[in-house]
Amino acid sequence: MNTIGQDIPRRDGHAKVTGTATYAYETPADNAAYCALLQATIAKGQVTEIDITDALALPGVLTILTPGDVQKLTPVENTELHVLQDNEIAYRGQIIGAVIADTSDIARHAVELVHFTYHVDEHDSAYSPDRDDLYTPDKLVTGAPADTSTGDVDAAMRTATHTVDHVYSTATNHNNPMEPHATTALWQDDTLILWDSTQGVHAVRTTLAEVLDLRPDQVRVICPYVGGGFGAKGEPHAPVVIAALAARALPGRPIRLALTRAQMFVLVGYRTPTTQHTRVAADDTGRLTAIAIAATGQTARIREYVEHAGAATRMMYAAPNRATSHRVAALDVAVPTWMRAPGECPGMFGPEVAIDELADALGIDPIDLRVANEPDVDPESGNPFSSRNLVACLRQGADRFGWADRAPRRDGDWLVGTGVAAAVFPAFTMRATAAIRYDQGRYTVEIGAADLGTGAWTVLPQIAADALEVPLDQVDVGIGDTSYPYASTAGGSTGTATWGSAVLAAVETFRDKFGTDPNDGDEAEGTHDQGPFNEQYATYAFGAQFAEVRVHADTAEIRVPRLLGVFAAGRIINPRTARSQFIGGMTMGLSMALHENSELDPRFGHVMNHDFAGYHIASCADATDVRAFWIDEEDPHVNPLGAKGIGEIGIVGTAAAIVNAAHHATGVRVRDLPLTLDKLLPGLP
Amino acid sequence: MRPFDHQTPANAHTAVHLAAAHPTAAFLAGGTNLVDHLKLGITHPDLLIDLSAATTAAITELDGRLLIGAGARNSDIAADHRVRTRYPALAEALLSGASGQLRNMATAGGNPLQRTRCAYFQDTTTPCNKRRPGSGCAALGGFTRGHAILGASDHCVATHPSDMAVALTALDATVHVLGPDGERTIPFVDLHRLPDDDPTRDTVLDHGDLITMIELPDSPIARQSRYRKVRDRASYAFALISVAAALEVTHGVITDARLAFGGVAHKPWRARAAEQILIGEPATDDTYRLAAETELANARTLDGLDGGNAFKVPLLIRTATAVLRQLAEEPR
Repeated sequence: MNTIGQDIPRRDGHAKVTGTATYAYETPADNAAYCALLQATIAKGQVTEIDITDALALPGVLTILTPGDVQKLTPVENTELHVLQDNEIAYRGQIIGAVIADTSDIARHAVELVHFTYHVDEHDSAYSPDRDDLYTPDKLVTGAPADTSTGDVDAAMRTATHTVDHVYSTATNHNNPMEPHATTALWQDDTLILWDSTQGVHAVRTTLAEVLDLRPDQVRVICPYVGGGFGAKGEPHAPVVIAALAARALPGRPIRLALTRAQMFVLVGYRTPTTQHTRVAADDTGRLTAIAIAATGQTARIREYVEHAGAATRMMYAAPNRATSHRVAALDVAVPTWMRAPGECPGMFGPEVAIDELADALGIDPIDLRVANEPDVDPESGNPFSSRNLVACLRQGADRFGWADRAPRRDGDWLVGTGVAAAVFPAFTMRATAAIRYDQGRYTVEIGAADLGTGAWTVLPQIAADALEVPLDQVDVGIGDTSYPYASTAGGSTGTATWGSAVLAAVETFRDKFGTDPNDGDEAEGTHDQGPFNEQYATYAFGAQFAEVRVHADTAEIRVPRLLGVFAAGRIINPRTARSQFIGGMTMGLSMALHENSELDPRFGHVMNHDFAGYHIASCADATDVRAFWIDEEDPHVNPLGAKGIGEIGIVGTAAAIVNAAHHATGVRVRDLPLTLDKLLPGLP
Repeated sequence: MRPFDHQTPANAHTAVHLAAAHPTAAFLAGGTNLVDHLKLGITHPDLLIDLSAATTAAITELDGRLLIGAGARNSDIAADHRVRTRYPALAEALLSGASGQLRNMATAGGNPLQRTRCAYFQDTTTPCNKRRPGSGCAALGGFTRGHAILGASDHCVATHPSDMAVALTALDATVHVLGPDGERTIPFVDLHRLPDDDPTRDTVLDHGDLITMIELPDSPIARQSRYRKVRDRASYAFALISVAAALEVTHGVITDARLAFGGVAHKPWRARAAEQILIGEPATDDTYRLAAETELANARTLDGLDGGNAFKVPLLIRTATAVLRQLAEEPR
């Protein structure tokens, strides 16, 4: 009996493709009311006057929430949740009220009838790495220091025979899951029920209870299905607080709130732009003598979130002299957040292009250059890697991709080139508890986890069935409800490893207590906590990304006909859902490379291309052949399950591989994303 | 989004009279742009006049000409055998536009009347002379990658987004219009206007004017036509620039030519100066390039937060050259 490693179809697949899976906004509810948001049209200042007369007079309008006229909220670390507490406006598009009405149409009509008067303060929303007010954050979101330095990079750069010293940049990107953030909220009998699209029901409960000054047991959060999150649903944002306040204002009445696509560009986070001054030094053989990155980014003045773009450079390659730093500009802009592979995704762009530039300068194959600089231990901590199979990924990828004989060529009107880049993402776990119960021949596992499209509905039963040594169809799993035991948020690629380890612990407890012949109603719990492993070993997943790029000789149009990735990510639970994660990440990386670019106009303070016609995401026609493979990796140290995360590593390195391939095809080196045709055109014959 | 009335008149005359009687009425065809505008608050009609019964979707022939009913869907026009063989540039333009779903809805009459996708026009919280006369042009000094290099004014630098219209401009189409004062025809090339000091008006049509038909002439050269669109992704993106061209070459000499550009102006841009250069000259890259350069001699490019749109000039010259070369080397 071994379902782990088998291609098991998604348990939620049928419901999703037939449209019967109920998402937050679709929760059945009698007599629902609808909430529409009022948003600031200035970037900084105060609301001085609000005229809601016309809106309130509209038949069907139930109530209007305005600044200072709602429940006093408890201050929390996440300051974006302090909605409507005063008249201050900290960024354009901030929520400054909400209309609740009998229908969505009426609510949206009423929004147009509310009139605000502002006192306008001068705002500053212009990011530049050259600003004179950049500051050093206290620490990174990972807890690591903002700056690190070993040896003397400057001296190494001066004496090295080959150096690369360039500034690379990545664009602002918005997470943009298919399903917008949505909530159905009900306040009844002193209890708040939130059907909320989230990556973590328990995180929403904990935070909302605190903000609203409720006991945790007064808040229940339910979320069986999530239409994507990519980090934007990793922690609660302002709209869910509004939904809760609206529900409290209308007890007994379910309130529905779904963001518009334009609101998704303001209210639920984004990946900030990064600037990466990257330096690499090497001797004639290609051995690195120095590697350094100085990363600059932006954050919102009202809440700090720093993209830790320098983190990956600390552990990626062996070099005696290393330096990393983070500086950030606090601006009058919307609050950034995690986006798929925060830190590593942008942070493996500059360095992986720089390595390609170095290989070019040395005349060494970029794979060989990377192999030559494999560290024996984690250069940062000195700890051994629990497993590190980057070289295997590069070698296997080279074989599968057809890396040999990679001379650039011309095929009709198209200039063709290939490129490679490495990928990395930390492997760690968080805390979770699973409960298991036996009843009439079936086992039911309950855990407050979330499936944001990743496959938790499917892989957790596999893990439970194998541990119980029973057939898969005898195991039911319940997730996405705070009435189930605490589980960590689906984030940081920790979900399967954490929850799966909790399931293993629960099964072990259950078997210890009840053996293999339990009675109906027998029940046990097990908890996984972050193990001691992480302190003894450096735990990371690795990967190699290969890209073929075609550039049109006349127009410089860029196409990526082939992407191929090979990953070393521990034990793969389900090849079907795993492949979907990998190719999804790679496709998103392609999208980041060629398309995604949130255009923030500093004169106004908000992103102008706030719809899917203006904000380009790779279409099917852009991602025609994306393949993912993995090597069998046994890592006994990483966690009890032996699984590393796979949700994020697929996006890491993709953009660098594509930019490197475009250079191979054309000879033009582009160092700022997205790679668009106007950047290649001047270099074409 | 505000409430509105909705009527479905049985014929074009009723539709036009209904519109004439309601100064803020709007015609609704496929709705692929108007419905967006209703949601975005760009326009607030109190009456939508649904054209589903008032216009025909038929594509018919008359004396070698092709008459496309205003209600014909973009997808149906693109699939029409006569369009594909006699006016291939039109079929290619239609298929390069929008997405399959949108093409199934968008109509012949509505497509040319879609409005610019300038982000500052579509965002009602920023100034825009086209949306709110006198409020200013926020695109100037903003993101201008998609904006005009030809025929723009200080009041507006928007581009017309339609692909179909570029092909119709090149292929000498005619628009049949029914207005409150009766029927008239307008050469397609004269349908759209430059912004000058009144960018609120995209076309020469007045309120109540209804496009009933688009007519394509009996045109041998149109059989040798192509549409080439250059955009930032492989599908579902507006043109950075586009080229509609038809070429007739006899013994290595260009005997006739049609050329129009998209993505460069407030209207589909008929490249008359380039056509004059082409005709009578040898069918060589030098000729094509000179023709495109001549047409763009008066181009005015814009700076912008995104680096501006100066790249459109070399891009258009290279693309036009390639399209003309292809037409000469690979006759259809």
